[in-house]
Amino acid sequence: MKAFEVVTEAINPQVYADFVLRPEAGAVTLFTGHVREWTKGVRTLHLSYEAYVPMAEKKLAQIGQEIEQRWEGTKVAIAHRIGELQISDIAVVIAVSSPHRKTAYEANEYAIERIKEIVPIWKKEIWEDGEQWIGDQKKKPKGGLA
Amino acid sequence: MINLRYFAGLKEQTGVSEEQIDMAGRTVEELWQWATEKYPDFLSGAARVAVNEEYALPTDVLEKGDVVAFIPPVSGG
Repeated sequence: MKAFEVVTEAINPQVYADFVLRPEAGAVTLFTGHVREWTKGVRTLHLSYEAYVPMAEKKLAQIGQEIEQRWEGTKVAIAHRIGELQISDIAVVIAVSSPHRKTAYEANEYAIERIKEIVPIWKKEIWEDGEQWIGDQKKKPKGGLA
Repeated sequence: MINLRYFAGLKEQTGVSEEQIDMAGRTVEELWQWATEKYPDFLSGAARVAVNEEYALPTDVLEKGDVVAFIPPVSGG
């Protein structure tokens, strides 16, 4: 495994938790994001994720660096899966270790927010009667260069 | 030559995932204008542009061999 990676196979979260665990860590937060069946009343059959893999891995690593600079003593590992994912599959895993609990929680949430801002990974929802690429989840674009 | 890459919804609009164009010495803004003329639906994607795997500014100048990616709104996680 790599500390920051895009993968095509099922994610085993324990691998990433083990990677960040070390003697000085008193807390490990492990976030797993899963494929959800229902979104605002629309039923998803499955999801398809696509990534610009080299840039995505670079940006995941950047997020790790941001966290380790912002919260001293943290260690981070992140993986995102691409390809076709079924309901309840793990799409993303974020493991953060730190000396204390609060930092591990905060840093972990920061990581998922940043993923949704800067990491070039795209999700397509496939429904019973159609499909759609899902756009920016944090802000509504107005068109043109951002 | 500049290597262009398209992803997700933009790839479906262009019909190709990659192409090459001769725009060395031109800016990202000029490339954007070229793309929106060639692909009229492009603006609806509100894409960002990455040059060699880093987000670029409209004023950045393209160099021969650059890999330029049009990045539609991301939706990982």
